[in-house]
Amino acid sequence: MDKKLVHNLLFIAVVAVTGMVVENIYLLQIMTFIGINTLLALGLNMLMGYAGQVSLGHGAFYGIGAYATAYLSGTLGISPWAALVCAIVLSVAVAFVVGRPTLKLSGYYLGMGTLGFGMIVHILFREAGSITGGASGFVGIPMLTLGPLSFEGGRNYFYLVWTVVFGAIFLCKRIIDSKTGRALAAIHGRENAAVALGVDAHALKLNIFMFSAALGAMAGFLYAHFVLFISPDSFGFMASVKMVTMVVIGGMANVWGALIGAVVITLLPEVLHGFADHEMIVFGLILMGVMIVMPQGLTQGVIERYARYKKRA
Amino acid sequence: MEDLLQYLFSGISIGSVYAVVAIGLSMLYRSTELINFAHGEFAMFGAMGLVTLWGQFKLPLPLAFVLTVAGVSMVGILFERFAIRPIKDPHPISLVIITVGASIVFRGVAMVVWGKDPVALPSFSSHGSIEIAGAVIVPQSLYIVAAALVLAGSLHLFFRYTLQGKAMTACAVNKKAAWLTGIPSARMGLFAVLISSGSGAIAGIFIAPVTMNTYDMGTMLGLKGFCAAMIGGLGSLWGAFAGGLLLGILECFGAGLISSGCKDAIAFVLLLLILYLCPGGLFAQKQADRF
Amino acid sequence: MSIKTLVQLFIAITLCITPLSTVAAKSVYKIGGIFSSTGRASFLGDPEKRTMEMMVDRINANGGIDGHLLEAVIYDSEGDPAKAVSAVNKLIHRDKVLAIIGPSTTPTTLAVVNFVERAKMPLISCAAGINITTPVKPWVFKTAQSDRLAVQGLYAHMQAKSVKTVGIITVSNSFGESGKEQLISLAKEYGITIVAKESFGAKDTDTTAQLTKLKKASPDALICWGTNPGPAVVAKNAQQLKIDIPLYQSHGVASPKFIALAGDSAEGIVLPTGKILVMDQLLDDDPQKQILQDYKAMYSAGKAGAVSGFGGYAHDAMTILAEALKGSNGDKQQIRDNLETLENHVGVTGRYSFSPEDHNGLSASAFVMVEIKNKTWNLLGR
Repeated sequence: MDKKLVHNLLFIAVVAVTGMVVENIYLLQIMTFIGINTLLALGLNMLMGYAGQVSLGHGAFYGIGAYATAYLSGTLGISPWAALVCAIVLSVAVAFVVGRPTLKLSGYYLGMGTLGFGMIVHILFREAGSITGGASGFVGIPMLTLGPLSFEGGRNYFYLVWTVVFGAIFLCKRIIDSKTGRALAAIHGRENAAVALGVDAHALKLNIFMFSAALGAMAGFLYAHFVLFISPDSFGFMASVKMVTMVVIGGMANVWGALIGAVVITLLPEVLHGFADHEMIVFGLILMGVMIVMPQGLTQGVIERYARYKKRA
Repeated sequence: MEDLLQYLFSGISIGSVYAVVAIGLSMLYRSTELINFAHGEFAMFGAMGLVTLWGQFKLPLPLAFVLTVAGVSMVGILFERFAIRPIKDPHPISLVIITVGASIVFRGVAMVVWGKDPVALPSFSSHGSIEIAGAVIVPQSLYIVAAALVLAGSLHLFFRYTLQGKAMTACAVNKKAAWLTGIPSARMGLFAVLISSGSGAIAGIFIAPVTMNTYDMGTMLGLKGFCAAMIGGLGSLWGAFAGGLLLGILECFGAGLISSGCKDAIAFVLLLLILYLCPGGLFAQKQADRF
Repeated sequence: MSIKTLVQLFIAITLCITPLSTVAAKSVYKIGGIFSSTGRASFLGDPEKRTMEMMVDRINANGGIDGHLLEAVIYDSEGDPAKAVSAVNKLIHRDKVLAIIGPSTTPTTLAVVNFVERAKMPLISCAAGINITTPVKPWVFKTAQSDRLAVQGLYAHMQAKSVKTVGIITVSNSFGESGKEQLISLAKEYGITIVAKESFGAKDTDTTAQLTKLKKASPDALICWGTNPGPAVVAKNAQQLKIDIPLYQSHGVASPKFIALAGDSAEGIVLPTGKILVMDQLLDDDPQKQILQDYKAMYSAGKAGAVSGFGGYAHDAMTILAEALKGSNGDKQQIRDNLETLENHVGVTGRYSFSPEDHNGLSASAFVMVEIKNKTWNLLGR
């Protein structure tokens, strides 16, 4: 059998068994957060790792997804699943409108442009109190149900989130292995050369931007219906920086990097809790240490180290 | 009319804070093409250093100033030596994440050392606020503007007329070529971080009396400073100065004329428009495309 | 060996053994705490956390509750709703606590409400937001005064001073927003018109633009609603702009820190606050006086800095919980029922009387009006 397929199946099996074996709801909830963060990192990883475009405002799409479903299903009372579709469409539409001019910027200026966009959206969440509930947050998001199946916290939600994650990973891999993926690689290598070969670089970047916005909105939807409460601060500048950190720590241009980044950044604060007031120092030092020792991210770093070890042995 | 003038003055007092922070950030980019997300924390260290030495130990202001700048520059050197230099062939985004990590560490250290409560400091001089045609500005804001001007001016002269400065510019333009002509590029990098963290400290010292000083004040300062440097054109010292003032003035007119809740959003919308029209910032020097 | 030494030795030994012998047989009551001890709201969370630790030690030193010693498991939410959710699930499912105190802020509390309701876990929040307890949720209680009470106190005072128009400036976070809502909704009742509304960012270094706008509307009074350090900036700026309209502040600044931050510009500011800042000026028959002095003595002994009303929310939550734990045998349903029927419980913040319709249980008497004069707080008569 294909080695890749085995890996994928193995991964799915591990997650499925984990979901069955783990009884503790706290652990399941942590893993649910890991799944949501993986979705965020996956989308941003496509943009940063493959299209080579950095975004410091991706928290905005996460928030748009969450607030759209909150408003539609909470205030207007339509089915959350219909709200999901609307949330994704809205997020993609916003990405289109914003991406068209912004993606013409490059390097740090693109970072600045997306940062500005993220800040504006964050402020809108806070100021449009009649729709979003303002700074105090939005209360009254309904629980997800699917026919007789209720996603009331715990196990079912864990499976829902991870099914979506599998789907997203599958989709990302398909894109990377397709013609689009190769065109992306060409842009990432040298944009001018790619354009000379007939790649419409701007359109491609925009498409990936929209795709990552859709994944962000999906994550926002899952977050909103899991916690059943959202407030603007979860989607601000710090959230965007956290997403970039997950991508870079895990390793750019690697689908598994997104997963590993999400695991590390979600688990670290839980593990470091014992340091109390020194938690921030330890967290920052670990972040720096990883980047100093493995500037390519954990995934690449560990693979390289393993290869070197094997060679020596 | 009187209000408009007041909005302008308010904008200058806010903008001067952004400008003075942005200059050190822009200067570092000019010499190393590194964006330091921990720059706001250097400013925070400057402010907190002043809180301790001037506010608490009652040292004379000039002495406290020198000691604080020296201390923060030392931190800058350690930071460069142990966090920036060891990385071989770095991807710029990895460096950015390292500086993000450093900013968290610095914040954490400041929280442990200075506690979580905000501290206020008196102004450098005991003058009351200055009134011009019904609008008011505090002297400390003028000191900040002066500090920003002097800082930008002296850095400008340094890059323009000293051997060291020219060598640093050469390193930034092409590291290898600079190395071939005998410029020790590693030492230049260290020197750039030293100057940058020192100017961050100076910024913090001048800001300290107008703001409430806490361990986490650096986040806001770094973020707004970054925006100011961007608007002015990364690497341009005068651009950073102008960008900072512009950002502050836009915020105040947004707050005064439209809505104070959305003032940041208004400022950012205008900034995005500026960015779309001149993609390299107002005083664009060269393309800033790393990543 | 003298008799005296022997007696002392005997007493010492008995003291050591007595708690052990009675307690050893009984299990420990585990209670959880979630506070924003770092991050944006650390001015709330830090004193709350310290207070809870001190209270647990004190209760244990007195032999625990029904012979059960208490054990506190405290997590830091950093003011982040997602972290608060993690913490609450950890407390419920891993630490298996009997009840939870906290979180410190309104958004973090609202984020965990659904999880404690589902797990049927008693929660006593230390946050002020009115929608924590309205509508009433069976398992959620809170000790902090709702902003509504503060606004009522403030407006009543203004009415007496025949203030007709006000300009308000609020911080753009949940505290300021909730204050703004209450200020607007109650204004009519007191015959007050709000002529201008402005806001400022929690980290703003200058608010002169907003104040200029407010000045232009020339109201009878200005109300600033925020938590330190923003309102100190507002006070300083108002002084710089030579605004002579009286400035009122909220209970969000009610800690000695505010006077230190605002300096001269704090003079003459009037605000509603819990009684803690003016405990020495209270009449001796005030039932809160003794409790306030005890709390201050305990907090000062812990070298945790100046005492303020913020830690008081945790103090009250602890005494209330201790009351509810009595006779509960560690049964959560029983604890909840005990909480709901608690009446006339005097705490640092005020006098609590819970009922199925009211899970905050405070009345307007929880607030007094104070004026800052000569760098201290002066109690104003009602």
